[in-house]
Amino acid sequence: MAVVAVEQQLGPPRRRVRREGQHHLQSLAFLVPGAVLLLAIVIWPAIATIRYSFYNGTATKAVGFSNYKSLFSTADTLIAFRNNVIWVLVFPFIVTVFGLVFAVLSEHIRWSTAFKTIIFLPIVFSVTASSLVFTQIFQLDPHVGVLNALVQTVDDYFHPPGAYPLSSGQTAASLATSGVVAGPHGTLESSTAVRAGSTVRIGLTGVNPDTLTVLGARQARLPAPSPGAVTGLVWRDFSASNPSNISGVLPGEDGFPNLHLALLASDGSIITTTTTDAFGRFVFPHVGTGPFRVQIEASNFTPSFSGTFWLGPQSLTPTSNLSQTAQALLSVPLIDISEILAYLWIWAGFTMVVVAAGLAALDREALEAAHVDGATEWQTFRRITIPMLAPVLTVVFVTMVINVLKIFDIVVNLGVDTSQPGGQSSTLASDVYYLGFGGGVHTGLASALAVILFILVVPAMLFNLKRISGK
Amino acid sequence: MTVTAVPATPPVLEEAKSLPRERSSRRRWRPSRVAVNVVLGAIALFWLVPTLSMMIISFRPAGLFEVSGWWKVFSAPSQLTLQNYKELFTGGSSTSLGGGVPSGLAPGGVLDALRTSLEISIPATIFVTAIACLTAYSIVFGRWRGRNAVFLTIVGLMVVPLQVALIPVASLYKDMGSAFGWNPFGTITGVVIFHVAFGLPFGVFLMRNFFTGIPTALIEAGRIDGAGEWTLFRRVVIPLGVAACASLAIFQFIWVWNDLLVALVFLGGDPHVPLTLFLYDQERTLAANFWIISTGSMVSIVVPLIVFLAFQRHFVRGMLAGAVK
Repeated sequence: MAVVAVEQQLGPPRRRVRREGQHHLQSLAFLVPGAVLLLAIVIWPAIATIRYSFYNGTATKAVGFSNYKSLFSTADTLIAFRNNVIWVLVFPFIVTVFGLVFAVLSEHIRWSTAFKTIIFLPIVFSVTASSLVFTQIFQLDPHVGVLNALVQTVDDYFHPPGAYPLSSGQTAASLATSGVVAGPHGTLESSTAVRAGSTVRIGLTGVNPDTLTVLGARQARLPAPSPGAVTGLVWRDFSASNPSNISGVLPGEDGFPNLHLALLASDGSIITTTTTDAFGRFVFPHVGTGPFRVQIEASNFTPSFSGTFWLGPQSLTPTSNLSQTAQALLSVPLIDISEILAYLWIWAGFTMVVVAAGLAALDREALEAAHVDGATEWQTFRRITIPMLAPVLTVVFVTMVINVLKIFDIVVNLGVDTSQPGGQSSTLASDVYYLGFGGGVHTGLASALAVILFILVVPAMLFNLKRISGK
Repeated sequence: MTVTAVPATPPVLEEAKSLPRERSSRRRWRPSRVAVNVVLGAIALFWLVPTLSMMIISFRPAGLFEVSGWWKVFSAPSQLTLQNYKELFTGGSSTSLGGGVPSGLAPGGVLDALRTSLEISIPATIFVTAIACLTAYSIVFGRWRGRNAVFLTIVGLMVVPLQVALIPVASLYKDMGSAFGWNPFGTITGVVIFHVAFGLPFGVFLMRNFFTGIPTALIEAGRIDGAGEWTLFRRVVIPLGVAACASLAIFQFIWVWNDLLVALVFLGGDPHVPLTLFLYDQERTLAANFWIISTGSMVSIVVPLIVFLAFQRHFVRGMLAGAVK
């Protein structure tokens, strides 16, 4: 090394120039692998895609702007645009707010590291795996999907189901078998007028025997007639050993316990109510002369909450006098909401960690000064923390906008049946995939969509460039 | 916020008035502090539910899935079993659980998918880190013109959606097949090349930000002493940049491990698929196979989870570098 140093001191300037040239060449050579890859796999293909977008479906014939025209005029791609708009309008905002709130609140607890780790963890999982978890969370059946199970618990509290909840598609009228007909508003009524002292027999079928067992039903038994009272029996009028005997009370046929009944006057007003016992018997004591009808109240058959199908085709559609196209474009499918919720679960940790880093770098003196001056926590947060965090919040927001413009994984995994082109939850990125590779391939359309995706990202790109070159 | 200890005996009124506001405000906010703890505790629990449910489903008998919710396990812990894992690893082709998969290491099995994921993620991580370091070195310490322009181009490339490259690269791969007899389409190599290229912009950005912190004088001194660029790179810059390289590598590894789209496009018809694609395919079979999906998901998160917990700080640093630096 000493020799080199001496040489450099003594050597002619020419030699020095050559050395520098060598450094230039060597450090340029370092650029080669990266440059080759970026040119071949990123830059050139991006240009080729632009070219493909003016060609037909098999990239054999130039078609001018017709791909773009059809993208903006066919319903399928318009739905993808709509969904991207929903994503961009909703998601970056709420995920940034969540991150901000989590980051600020977690400063006030001792276990903030644990809290942050829990919130952050989902980022480490693949979106695919997370989507599959949420597929199960959003299951329709409250016995499977935890979300619907929760809703069911709450719903049953406010709208308690009847003792004999109808299954979906079933009506109360379909239960009527003997001595009973359908009444108004989902009720059932005795088919003949009754008077004091008579005994009413109401036979029902179509109720799961297990339901009766759970309610403690016993062998049906006719009550004795009682003067001045209307008595009767409601029972399961079906015997497996003698199915053709209708209206006879046979061994093995159980009573309907705990059924709410009303006694109606001839004008339909309710005189009194009662409940059947374990044998299916009931008594309306001390009634007038009549005639009456016995009504089985509709509340007996109120179905239990059976789940909202979060992953299905339901959507929040505007109901005003809009054309069908406008309705489709303005509606928000439930599946989008489920996907946004799941994606929030995944990404809130990211925004929280970035905002927390921004918070840690804040000038604490300003905050303390505000406290000394008597500002409340909320005032400090609103007037000092947020303005000082604004640059970080902007970066987080833009990052999330870029992220959801390209939204793909969650769309195809959570909305298995709704992510094909034209599907309720399809997006630009999912359409690019399906049109480019997933059957019904149309290279031109797929490329045009990819170009649009690229154009949409350009503002974010400029934002990044301005921010970074400004430093 | 500096926290001062509250004296054991309450100060007399005059003293309290003259005390810094901090102390009294701290007392005033006690109830809200309890509320914050409760609210964040509830949120944390809520955030754990999806992970917990995946875990429990994978440890419950497959037949119970349709019958009762996973939360029923809390009243019947004896339900927990390793059966799903056993079937998935050794002989998932038995149909006892409904919806079979090839046994573990056979193509299409979960262990084969695990291996494929590793075969993609490890080389992609190594190449991105190495090439990003080289490129960043050249941009920071090289003396050629236009370095800034190249850097800004790379920054611009960071947000390019990889969708714009899929179709041309697929046909490029196929053209390579007909021209050189080597077609990366449908191979792990093809996937790795694509990941490396699209991982580079962020990698170069991150490493460049770190390298600019190394004093140029250090490099100049080395050059004057006659050290070649390679030597400077190997002996000076890389030893200083190990932490940054680790951040990049961890970030890249988890990113590639979790990718679905690239694998879907370039490995779609291949019998060897990575875990994400394995799950994607399983979800699209009609059989009642939620046990495969939940158990497979658990297998798929084990590796990134270990990597994350072991190198948490590096991962977060890499992410922050991309977001705020």
